[in-house]
Amino acid sequence: MSRRRVKWLAVFRTPVGASSAVLLALMFALAVFGPILWGEAASEFDTGAIQQGPSAEHLLGTDQLGRDIFHRVLVATRLSLELALLSTAIGLVIGTILGTAPTVLPRRLGRTVTAAVNIAVAIPGLLLALFFAVIFGVGTSGAVLAIALAGAPSFARLTQTLAASVAGRDFVSAARVAGVGRVRLLTRHILPNIGEPLVVSGTIGAGNALLAFAGLSFLGIGVQAPDYDWGRLLSEGLDRIYINPGAALAPGIAVVIAGLAFNLFGETVAAVVGVRTPSRKTGPRPAPVTRDAAAVDSGPGEPILAVENLRVAFPGRSGWTTPVRGVGFTVHPGESVGVVGESGSGKSLTALALSRLIETPGVVSADRLEFAGTPLLTTSERELRTLLGTSMAMVFQDPMTSFNPTMRVGRQLAEVSRHHQGLPRRAAFARAVDRLRAVRVPGAERRARQYPHEFSGGMRQRAMIGMGLMGDPRLVIADEPTTALDVTVQRQVLRLLAEVRAAKRAAILLISHDITVVAQTCDRILVMYAGRIVEDLPTGDLFTAPRHPYTRALLAAVPDMETDRDRELAVIPGRPPEPDRMPVGCAFAPRCPVADDRCREEDPVLGRIANAHRVACWHPADAEPPRVTALVSAEHDRAATVNPAGGGA
Amino acid sequence: MSELVFDGVSVRYGNRRKGLTAVDRVSLTVPAGKTVGLVGESGSGKSTLARAAVGLSPVSAGRVLLNGTDVRRLPRRPRPLQMVFQDPYSSLNPRMSIGGSIAEVMHLDGRAGAAARRAEVVRLLELVNLGPDCADVLPGRLSGGQRQRVALARALAGRPQVVIADEITSALDVSVQGAVLNLVRDLQRRLNLSMLFISHNLAVVRYVSDIVAVMYLGRIVEVGPVEQVLADPQHPYTRDLLDAAPTRHSRLTSGGTTEVADTEPADPHRPPPGCGYHPRCPVGPLVRADRDVCATTDPSHGAEGRLHAVACHFGRPEHRHETG
Repeated sequence: MSRRRVKWLAVFRTPVGASSAVLLALMFALAVFGPILWGEAASEFDTGAIQQGPSAEHLLGTDQLGRDIFHRVLVATRLSLELALLSTAIGLVIGTILGTAPTVLPRRLGRTVTAAVNIAVAIPGLLLALFFAVIFGVGTSGAVLAIALAGAPSFARLTQTLAASVAGRDFVSAARVAGVGRVRLLTRHILPNIGEPLVVSGTIGAGNALLAFAGLSFLGIGVQAPDYDWGRLLSEGLDRIYINPGAALAPGIAVVIAGLAFNLFGETVAAVVGVRTPSRKTGPRPAPVTRDAAAVDSGPGEPILAVENLRVAFPGRSGWTTPVRGVGFTVHPGESVGVVGESGSGKSLTALALSRLIETPGVVSADRLEFAGTPLLTTSERELRTLLGTSMAMVFQDPMTSFNPTMRVGRQLAEVSRHHQGLPRRAAFARAVDRLRAVRVPGAERRARQYPHEFSGGMRQRAMIGMGLMGDPRLVIADEPTTALDVTVQRQVLRLLAEVRAAKRAAILLISHDITVVAQTCDRILVMYAGRIVEDLPTGDLFTAPRHPYTRALLAAVPDMETDRDRELAVIPGRPPEPDRMPVGCAFAPRCPVADDRCREEDPVLGRIANAHRVACWHPADAEPPRVTALVSAEHDRAATVNPAGGGA
Repeated sequence: MSELVFDGVSVRYGNRRKGLTAVDRVSLTVPAGKTVGLVGESGSGKSTLARAAVGLSPVSAGRVLLNGTDVRRLPRRPRPLQMVFQDPYSSLNPRMSIGGSIAEVMHLDGRAGAAARRAEVVRLLELVNLGPDCADVLPGRLSGGQRQRVALARALAGRPQVVIADEITSALDVSVQGAVLNLVRDLQRRLNLSMLFISHNLAVVRYVSDIVAVMYLGRIVEVGPVEQVLADPQHPYTRDLLDAAPTRHSRLTSGGTTEVADTEPADPHRPPPGCGYHPRCPVGPLVRADRDVCATTDPSHGAEGRLHAVACHFGRPEHRHETG
């Protein structure tokens, strides 16, 4: 609630919003107090001063009955605004009723209403207003109705679109299932959720109504004497524009200012409320903290990917948040490494950072970030493009969004070779077909000529992997590649990745929330929690000797095909910390069964406890009895020797 | 004690020429007080079937019966049939307090005052392990797991006899999923609900269900008590699903890789003739030349006589009556 209010208040912080708001406020003050202050002066006949020019007594001169034009313009504010607001309100109500009718009425009747509205929208509003003005007769009430009805179709159309998008959401379905009636559905579920944009467009509509009304009055089919609004004053003044230009210009300017104020205010509100861009006033970038540069192991040969103290930060409402807080690991050629973690653990951001896909305002920093010996953070974009384009392949969760929907799949694959390897068009296409065949897309030749939407999810994912194979990938980063797929298709895709790895000696970095998927596919598993790696262990140890309480809890919480059906599933209490509110000590401490004061005060370092096993915990669980009992953190002086039985040394 | 029966239900979209049969003559019984798990790949029609039961998708043939009454004739309130949706972020009205969302479904005596309503909301929140102060907050303040509990409480507010749960854990994080599954199972047993539990995750279905039904291309291809079906699957698709479900000991390389295994799932717009699974079937006509009956004859005829009512020409005949 308060957040929404803050959002609305942001309108006044933009210069346009503030000035149009002030203008509107002045206008309304004038409408309220104008007639009280100058009402008499404006209607006072002065037969001695008919049709005078500007003078000290009459700032803008007088009209043919000797009335003061300046005062009349000020006093006319009330009627002009009143009529504009009244007709907008009527239009808005009619529009909302028409627009929401299809959700309430039986389907066929609803369609008829929709069709009628669609036709009405196509007719220019002012033309409609003129038409209605003739029907309702000349006069104020006729004009109000005319403008209201002329504006109604566009409001109806807007309401329809908004209501349709809300009506498709699950909470409306839920209410229908619960037996909530149609009218209540409308008033309690649909209208509150479309109110904001409706009010905004109503504000803009009021500006337009004001202009339209001035137009009708000017033509003589709006406000009739002795009443007067700006349009009428304009038409009266226009006759003598060469003698006394002020008499016509003043109401004209009033119309323009009022119309602008309404429109600009509406537009600003729409921009602020609709686009939801918080004003960005964040402090200086976070200083890279050089701790927890998790040990890079000097395994056999040069690693293909070396990451030390990788951090990803984004500016937030209150300073910088760091969803990835010092991640370090290496991947060797041909190795397959899995990254598991829940949403918000930073696993996907890590993957994006590795492929240089974090966009501003996000900031990536690392003590070391090297791919195939090339530092990723300091090398120029152009040099990297070819390297990443040919040697690193990315596979995302939703291949539908990673392909260009308007381009045939084969051509999209061929682009890679044409761009990075300079192959001619035909050769590149042939290679694309060949690669599609390599990822076992049936009928590759024909498939290459199809568009992405003609592919099923699994096929698309294969084509995506095929695209990675257009170059000579040394590392395939797959970010939840099978999450959108079914188990049978998932197996196909995972097998394909394994084949690519075997055939090309490419390393695989597989990111998933599903620990069993990762365990099936990878040699080594990195468990991430709250932007850190909390455990790095060989897959063989995962089910037998996990040491971090989080890893153990995760394994216990996920049912698999062997879970005891008669026992309750283990539960991890609480929820992960928000990235902008990280606890001081271990991020898992609030949910951890073995946490003590030390855990809450000091953040544990990812330290090596066995040859290929690292864990960031002050009290790692017991491994099987004969295993290593001392935990020695590899490179950091802060590291401590910890007795797994309990307290640290 | 209520029984939900799908009796030859079909759901078709579009016209005759360019139509899509999302659910094709499905008959399925959710016995009183039991949980039936419905598995199948996306697009197999699981959710459409569930939505048909609560009137959210149009039933073009057949009937859905609750204790013998067509669900379209059920009283609007209290509605004895409730549903919990997949995405807890879109299934709660963002502009309505949690208490308001729950109270809307409640059916109290017309004279019941605000205090009675409040007490009922608190009772329901307690049922799903949420504190009473939750009642006044908007959904935006709650986590995914908490929202899903609220969605459960809302479904229970209608005092339903049957609850349909459509992929209720698949949008949740693994650490929260367990808690929701425990809760669902506990509530189902405590309140003696009949439940249709839909999930694409076989392990989850196995954990909560008494009976499992396997759906493929709008048809139920196998149904039976969960242990029996998982221990002795009759339909090749069920076997394939079981094979593919990742377990702690299985490695990717286990299980045979055949040409058939790489075939694309069928397009529901153009279902294959005969058995819908035959183009992917590892024991079907593509592998064994003598089995061309699969490509011509619909195996759902005579399924009742086979073990697990399997829609496969080569399923074993049933010896005793197993599904109640």
